[in-house]
Amino acid sequence: MLVFGFWTTKICNTRSTQQNRNVLFCLKKDPFPGEAPIPQKQLQKFQRGKKCKVPAGARERLKEAIAISEAMSEHAQKQAARYDLLLPEDAGFLEGDEDEDTNTISQADIADAVDITSGSKYFNLHLSQFGPYRLDYSRTGRNLLVGGKKGHVACIDWQTKDLKCEMNVMETVNDVKWLHTEAMFAVAQKRWLYIYDSKGVELHCVKKFNDVLRMQFLPYHFLLATASATGFLQYLDVSIGKEVAAICTKMGRLDVMAQNPHNAVIHLGHPNGTVSLWSPNQKESLVKMLCHRGAVRSLAVDKTGTYMVTSGLDRKLKVYDIRAFKPLHSCFLPAGASCLSLSQRGLLSAATGEIVQVYQNVLGSNPVSKPYMAHRLRGQIWGLAYCPFEDVLGIGHGEGFTSMIVPGAGEPNFDALDTNPYRSHKQRQEWEVKALLEKVQPELIGLDPGQLSKVDQASFEQRHKEQIEALGFDPLAKDKFKPKTKKKGRSSAGAIEKRKRKVAHEDQRDEIRQSVQERTEREKELKEKSNEKKLGNKSTLDRFRK
Amino acid sequence: MKVKVLCRNPDDYVRETTRDIQRVPRNYDPTLHPFEVPREYTRALNATKLERVFAKPFVASLDGHRDGISCITKHAKSLSTIISGACDGEVKVWNLPRQECLRTVQAHEGFVRGICSRFCGTSFFTVGDDKTIKQWNWEAPGYGVREEPINTILGKAVFTGIDHHQREGTFVTCGQTVDIWDEQRSSPIRSFSWGVDSFSCVRYNPVETELLASCASDRSVVLYDTRESAPLRKVIMQLRSNTLCWNPMEAYYFTCANEDYNLYTYDIRHLDVPVTVHMDHVSAVLDVDYSPTGREFVSASFDKTIRIFPKDKGHSREVYHTKRMQHVICVRWSADNKYVLSGSDEMNIRLWKANASEKLGLLSAREKAATHYNKKLIEKFQHHPQVRRIARHRHLPGDILKQKRELREMREARRRKEQNVRKHSKPGSVPLLTEKEKHVVAVVE
Repeated sequence: MLVFGFWTTKICNTRSTQQNRNVLFCLKKDPFPGEAPIPQKQLQKFQRGKKCKVPAGARERLKEAIAISEAMSEHAQKQAARYDLLLPEDAGFLEGDEDEDTNTISQADIADAVDITSGSKYFNLHLSQFGPYRLDYSRTGRNLLVGGKKGHVACIDWQTKDLKCEMNVMETVNDVKWLHTEAMFAVAQKRWLYIYDSKGVELHCVKKFNDVLRMQFLPYHFLLATASATGFLQYLDVSIGKEVAAICTKMGRLDVMAQNPHNAVIHLGHPNGTVSLWSPNQKESLVKMLCHRGAVRSLAVDKTGTYMVTSGLDRKLKVYDIRAFKPLHSCFLPAGASCLSLSQRGLLSAATGEIVQVYQNVLGSNPVSKPYMAHRLRGQIWGLAYCPFEDVLGIGHGEGFTSMIVPGAGEPNFDALDTNPYRSHKQRQEWEVKALLEKVQPELIGLDPGQLSKVDQASFEQRHKEQIEALGFDPLAKDKFKPKTKKKGRSSAGAIEKRKRKVAHEDQRDEIRQSVQERTEREKELKEKSNEKKLGNKSTLDRFRK
Repeated sequence: MKVKVLCRNPDDYVRETTRDIQRVPRNYDPTLHPFEVPREYTRALNATKLERVFAKPFVASLDGHRDGISCITKHAKSLSTIISGACDGEVKVWNLPRQECLRTVQAHEGFVRGICSRFCGTSFFTVGDDKTIKQWNWEAPGYGVREEPINTILGKAVFTGIDHHQREGTFVTCGQTVDIWDEQRSSPIRSFSWGVDSFSCVRYNPVETELLASCASDRSVVLYDTRESAPLRKVIMQLRSNTLCWNPMEAYYFTCANEDYNLYTYDIRHLDVPVTVHMDHVSAVLDVDYSPTGREFVSASFDKTIRIFPKDKGHSREVYHTKRMQHVICVRWSADNKYVLSGSDEMNIRLWKANASEKLGLLSAREKAATHYNKKLIEKFQHHPQVRRIARHRHLPGDILKQKRELREMREARRRKEQNVRKHSKPGSVPLLTEKEKHVVAVVE
């Protein structure tokens, strides 16, 4: 503040000397001194992890290094939070009038009420000949791939309705998926996995991947994960064209599959009500959760990797916290949802038969009673997918394809360096090269994607032990305090002992803390054991026990 | 009802003409950028590998001397000129950008023991085996004029080193004694000696210009103050130091290159224990020079390599060697912090890059940003085993590698023996000495 005041006087001074010596200069004070305040919620959004605690007994250089890196981290957080104000777009919304329920508003009404471009986002493709359709939107949301069960495969730019390619593969099509760009897509046909060009030219027929029912593409690892009818979960690296892992899940037919976009773990749903989590590095599942009392019909995981929504044959829709593996809440659907999809902003769409319902605020601890929107179609719903960065839900059904407007579904502001729906040819090329260079190796897939940034405490301790063995002494141990010998009679035995006693409490403190901790832990254990004994298994024959 | 559907105007997201740059709207939301840590780790791994791919430090070789090179000096004011003295008494002035010799002077009969350039940049001094100190003009004489020194001083004994004051017209030589000379006089104005028969190197402190240090043949390093009449103090080590160099940024640190394959950095205030022991050479270290930033130094060794050490670390960050380069006698770091010059006894001066993978020349802003980013990534992930393995990897010639392994075995054996002795003797009778404490024998005031 003082500095600012000084500067204003300087400026005023020069102006006055230039113009009019009679003008009195005034000290103008800034009415809002200091930096603009940032709301805590926005700062929280950009925080990664907790503040680093300086370990006890740290050296000077470590303390300095931690302080500097914390300061830089905070600065980066503040700058990112400030930049948030400059984002150009706002999310969509739909609010009914006072007595009107939003789920009674029809798509045609919405399409009339909004502008022409948005209105054209609601359209139907009548393709009743070739069976129920599965669909996939590309990562940028420009291109749409539809695959009918009787073999019809087409890719279109859905906004301009420009047909890129259309063909009939003359076989049953189980699933279709875009690969990393709009240049290639994979079709899981009756026997094998085929990869086609955007013009419809067959590029590869991968015979190792047989009887594929469902596919998921992990974009940052360039891995295509496929679940087969024979119970195999296979990973194909599409950049080098090799099979990375083939896992025999031994859990029967795998036809419910979802990926966790936060940590690239594959979730599979099974007919016995369990959901298992898989990574290509292990032959066994990472986690197995019992979710439903009947078969699991559908799964969806949100983009932050915190919540998982499952629906089962027991007509329940359950929401779980995936980080803690705890159920949050469950609601009852009159018929189990056959397809589930979560949008970028957390809207859940559930398809039962011919009806699609969209729920808002599902991810959280409060259960939801009524849907946000609903839409009825003519054919049985076979596939659901939200278009990224648009307020559109694509539905593949028995009578073709429908695109439905869901205000508030899409993320309004995209990051052009990650996915840019308006990218030019050159930008796409540059992006592809950079993405391939940054391709994450499959060995790093695990439940915690940030594990590399953590200190490997176990191996540090082991190495420390080995070091002590090799050297014969502990290099990190603090030396015992040796008081300096002073002159003029100040270093008599009594004075030295006094000086030692002043510092003695520091050494003792750590020891005391450790012993107290051990004692409390032991007491806790004993308590738990005694509790168990008390509450234990009560049976009627207890009275005969001595 | 109130409804708003997300609708973007393509005019806001696509550039207007092809002569514009592309529009790149950003959103830093962490949920839009998953896998931050693995992607950054992959980038760090790529950066390390590319750094090794582009690590081509050898720039040029200056050829022309007819005997081994004994000393090199930089010009005080110009970055593109250096002088080198050879073992046959020849002194050559080189232009580095054109890599050619500008001038040759037959300065002495016998070795040229030391050269130093005057701070004003107009003349330079040489000392040689013929017991003379000669001052020469930096500019070449005209056509047809004989090469003559401006001034010649005859001494009583061989001079082994020379250094010039930073601001005044005095210089110091060492031989049998350390003498301080005034340029106008033909006899030294002061002489220091401390019962030693010869000194190998003397250096003025570039910051505290009244301080001097010299390496003596009784395995010690002696400190002097020109304002005092007697030397200040000396530290005696186990083996003799060949050369020393003051840190140009921190006035109280100097590094000496020792015969026991190590370099020692001392703080002049606490000479009893060296600040750092730099161990990596496999033969005697002959020369050392600091970078102008004071953060790193380069050392030349009898084992045909030159190594670059950070000032506070115990091991080198870089090693340069060539099949053609034999025992390296002298080394200098250029004043723009970019190049290292080494003179070896096979008559060549070699010019190396100080940062082996640096791109020379003018870099665009994007290139600079990318270099900084890569450097920071490598620094951030330096402790991860894969990154460390690649970043540390340096090719060493076969015999140096063998020698290194042998030395490691010897050190391990000594340590094991010491541990056993300590285990089987009365506790406290065999004191525990750290590596730093082992090398200093005494400090004498």
